[in-house]
Amino acid sequence: MPETTPSQTVGPYLSIGLPWPDGPEVVPADEPAAIRIHGRVLDGAGDPVPDAMIETWQADADGRFDHPDDPRGAVASGFRGFGRCPTDPDGNYEIRTIKPGLVPGPAGSTQAPHIDVSVLARGLLHRVVTRIYFEDDDTSQDPVLASVPESRRSTLIATKTDEGYRFDVRLQGAGETVFFDV
Amino acid sequence: MSAPAELRLPRYRRDPEGTHPPLDYAGYRSTALRHPQEPLIVLPHLLTEVTGPALGPGRIGEFDNDLTQGHEGEPQGQRIIVTGRLLDGDGRPVRDSLVEIWQANAGGRYRHTGDRWPSPIDPHFDGAGRTLTDSEGRYTFTTIKPGAYPWKNHDNAWRPAHIHFSVFGSAFTQRLVTQMYFPEDPLFSQDPIFNSIPDEKARQRMIARFDLDRTEAEWALAFQFDIVVRGREASVFEDEEDEH
Repeated sequence: MPETTPSQTVGPYLSIGLPWPDGPEVVPADEPAAIRIHGRVLDGAGDPVPDAMIETWQADADGRFDHPDDPRGAVASGFRGFGRCPTDPDGNYEIRTIKPGLVPGPAGSTQAPHIDVSVLARGLLHRVVTRIYFEDDDTSQDPVLASVPESRRSTLIATKTDEGYRFDVRLQGAGETVFFDV
Repeated sequence: MSAPAELRLPRYRRDPEGTHPPLDYAGYRSTALRHPQEPLIVLPHLLTEVTGPALGPGRIGEFDNDLTQGHEGEPQGQRIIVTGRLLDGDGRPVRDSLVEIWQANAGGRYRHTGDRWPSPIDPHFDGAGRTLTDSEGRYTFTTIKPGAYPWKNHDNAWRPAHIHFSVFGSAFTQRLVTQMYFPEDPLFSQDPIFNSIPDEKARQRMIARFDLDRTEAEWALAFQFDIVVRGREASVFEDEEDEH
């Protein structure tokens, strides 16, 4: 059987090949339920990472995925569920999307609304993966958050702002974001 | 929410130790301030992780897989055809799936304001392409063989010629960004990015094969490069279903 091809860094010039004009727009501008998720990617010195890319993957508002492996049946919603945004010179990114719904978890549990995130950048030989949760949701029963040391859970929770939600990614050091092994 | 009482989802094998590079790799200096220091936490493969975006349809233009087109003139350098298949670790083709590439020009320069290496910019080469795999997971690009280029990672550091590849597979767990290298490159021995892969056999899987059969006479050389994303675990799911 073929074996997996190794990962390599996206390098400093990922912006040549990866961004799309509508990449950060998971939903159109006229979507009434649209939210803006924004933040910065910061390195271990607290400096912005200007050559990173954030990719997001999430359920729709009903917590469903338009995918054959969603056992509840694919939803022909046309909701792409995928967002992609390179960081700007100050390390900022921004995604326009909708809040995902509750998603089924293992053994009859329920996952709080969340978005899976890949972070790619020069200096990252392999993507790192994190999750965004939302501070105005009840996350107390979420099985994934429960597996994270309590002292670090706040790094996974986006804070409400006037403009949507703020979610910073700290690659290293004080307040380092929780990253997952997928 | 109409969830079944217990979810039965496909499971994906985690890749063997040594397949992927460590996040901290002293030889590649840029990892120093960018690698997480806390241990990664195992993320179970739940619904969000076993699904993924179906990208591509409607997103590909006619010449997006031919990087030598779209300008007034011909780009400089050696034309090459790069073909391959996108497979999962069980040998199944990943169909109708988006493959994206980006690369330097023949002189080893990226068309990017940040690239100051004094090799000429080619006005007829942008260095970006995308395509969809076909029903058997095949893709094809026509492009220019990229040049090696110096970088400041260490004394007299040069990157071996490479093309960046980005693929999605069909699940979040399969997402992969890698680089395709060319056979017998003399720069492998001093390149920390290539050598960051611990397993020698895994490292070799990033090197394309020269493909005489696909060359086009008096026009282009050809290289073959398969990309493999992780496979599914032997299906516990179906066994369990059978017992019911």
